[in-house]
Amino acid sequence: MQRFILRSKNQITAISAILILTAFLSRWTTGGIQVFEWALIIASVIGAAPIAIQAYQALRVKVVSIDVLVTIAVAGAFLIQNYEESAIVTFLFLFGAYLEQRTLNKTRSAIKELTELAPETALKRMEDGEFVEVSVDEVDVGDILLVKTGAKVPVDGTVLSGEGSVNEASITGESIPVAKEPGSKVFAGTILDNGTLQVEADRVGEDTTFGRIIELVEEAQDSKSAAERFIDRFAKYYTPAVLVLGILVWLFSRNLELAITVLVLGCPGALVIGVPVSNVAGIGNGARHGILLKGSEVISDFSRLDTMVFDKTGTLTVGNPSVADTEYYGDNIDEALSYLASIERESDHPLAKAVLEAIGEVKTFAVEGTEVVKGAGIVAEVDGHRAAVGNVALMQRENVALTAKALADIAIFEQNGNSLVLTAVDGELKILMGVRDQIRPGVKEDLQRLRRLGVKNLIMLSGDNQGTVDVVSRELGLTEAHGNMLPEDKAAYIKKLMEEGRIVAFVGDGVNDSPSLALANIGIAMGGGTDVAIETSDVVLMNSDFRRLPHALGLAKATARNMQQNIIIAVGVVLVLLTSLIFSDWMNMSIGMLVHEGSILAVILNGMRLLRYRLRD
Amino acid sequence: MKSATLQLETLTCPSCMQKIESAVKGVDGVDHDSVKVMFNASKVKLNFDENKVSIDDIEKAITSVGYEVQKKSVR
Repeated sequence: MQRFILRSKNQITAISAILILTAFLSRWTTGGIQVFEWALIIASVIGAAPIAIQAYQALRVKVVSIDVLVTIAVAGAFLIQNYEESAIVTFLFLFGAYLEQRTLNKTRSAIKELTELAPETALKRMEDGEFVEVSVDEVDVGDILLVKTGAKVPVDGTVLSGEGSVNEASITGESIPVAKEPGSKVFAGTILDNGTLQVEADRVGEDTTFGRIIELVEEAQDSKSAAERFIDRFAKYYTPAVLVLGILVWLFSRNLELAITVLVLGCPGALVIGVPVSNVAGIGNGARHGILLKGSEVISDFSRLDTMVFDKTGTLTVGNPSVADTEYYGDNIDEALSYLASIERESDHPLAKAVLEAIGEVKTFAVEGTEVVKGAGIVAEVDGHRAAVGNVALMQRENVALTAKALADIAIFEQNGNSLVLTAVDGELKILMGVRDQIRPGVKEDLQRLRRLGVKNLIMLSGDNQGTVDVVSRELGLTEAHGNMLPEDKAAYIKKLMEEGRIVAFVGDGVNDSPSLALANIGIAMGGGTDVAIETSDVVLMNSDFRRLPHALGLAKATARNMQQNIIIAVGVVLVLLTSLIFSDWMNMSIGMLVHEGSILAVILNGMRLLRYRLRD
Repeated sequence: MKSATLQLETLTCPSCMQKIESAVKGVDGVDHDSVKVMFNASKVKLNFDENKVSIDDIEKAITSVGYEVQKKSVR
């Protein structure tokens, strides 16, 4: 019976609305008081039933819930035969709960969408070699699975056979299809756009990258900050206190109507859910944009950030060196390029790869009599010519004359932070190449956005030499940049910044910087799927996309603001209601309930705005 | 000690967390400090002594305060 009544809450709400409408219509049209009263009495009784049941269930576990306050208030109104108020209050309370449910589901939708991406079934190869559909819970590490076009990859695994392209948006937030072939890694929760794959399961269920992300997001949306824990503790004593206050008012004023109005006005609804609602909407927005914010404490710290530290040159730069500047001297450049490619083809020097990439496809020759000059370069016979590839020191050793123009070019190239590759053929300089790690496209604008969002200090700590670091720093306009730093130096530096009272975020890939990630107020991991980074950091940018950093910071700030607004709405409404009860004569139970439910909806709708948050330029 | 996760029907009301928490803590054998009612995820996580109490008893405690348990897992 109890269950049946609770289940039919929505129908009860509708019937109660119809009864209240009938009551007022009949009074206005016929003026008869009989129908009016009876309709309201029935509305009160059926409307109060589910609330009273909830109150009883709460009292059984010694909780004075809002239901208890409302039930007593309605019973009181009934006693003094104010059926109008008892009917309207119960209706508003039920209707409010219905609207709350609808809107709350919306606020949570972003995260729900994410969790629903979790694969549920898999095609597993059985002992007879046939593939049979099973629940993902029945898949173990080492099982062979078949993934067909349009299906979700059920596990983290390695492709054994087949080809196809996979949409990895659920992991990286980027919906560009990624080609997969035997040996490629695939991730649970991603979708096979076309092709067919056979996959061996490496990690299953909650151990998969996607499983971890879901677990973390679920934890994050319900994690509580110190302020929230305070509100929770407060709310625990607040409701009983309102009940006591109501009783005291009744004892002293002997005015039951006033006493039950206090009970309704004191309901703390918006205060309890205001902050969690902002939290879930903010984290949901992040999840949609490939940003994982781990809870409201993180959001609050992140929003007050003033110093951002980047872990290395590679975060701000592309990460692998490439040829940035080139100059040619004299004739027969094509031949010189061929000789250069022929020699670099056989080298495993890091610069060689960049040089070969820049030259592209050319004719190559056999290389003979190769002599490696340590710290300088290579000299060899190619196609009957003596070719020297290396730095300035090698040119001097080979007695290559450098013209005034060449010397000037070399100076400029070095100033730009290049490592130099010079090519001389038969003692004559032909090619000058400057190789360097280039700034990632768009980084400069993103740093500007971060500054506009209130980050005062942008600092780079790098293991590279100070010269390289200075070049990047100058180009990007960083506040400080320090080179030659070991991971422990970085951690020490961050400690120093924090001791100076700054709120520091550390941006890193987590590979060897986990101490710094853990130490900083906010650890921001750039890195799709490295476990350490996901575990130790506070914010994860899913596909190492730097462009998401300003959005993440802007979102954290908007979410923190939203929480404050909700607290102000909640506290403000209760204060206004209680003072108007004392100082005005228009306040009654129905208006009180209307405002109370209105304030709950207001905080939910306010929180919902975060789902649409976008960083404005 | 075992740890359990219970997926409830969608939680919406402001005071339901407190009710569920009290109900679960009222069950003998449940580790009080471990009880976590997750409002947005609509989940309850807790540790319990499997010699003193079964997961079904915990489920019953939650149903008795008016909330449906949709899925439960024990590890």
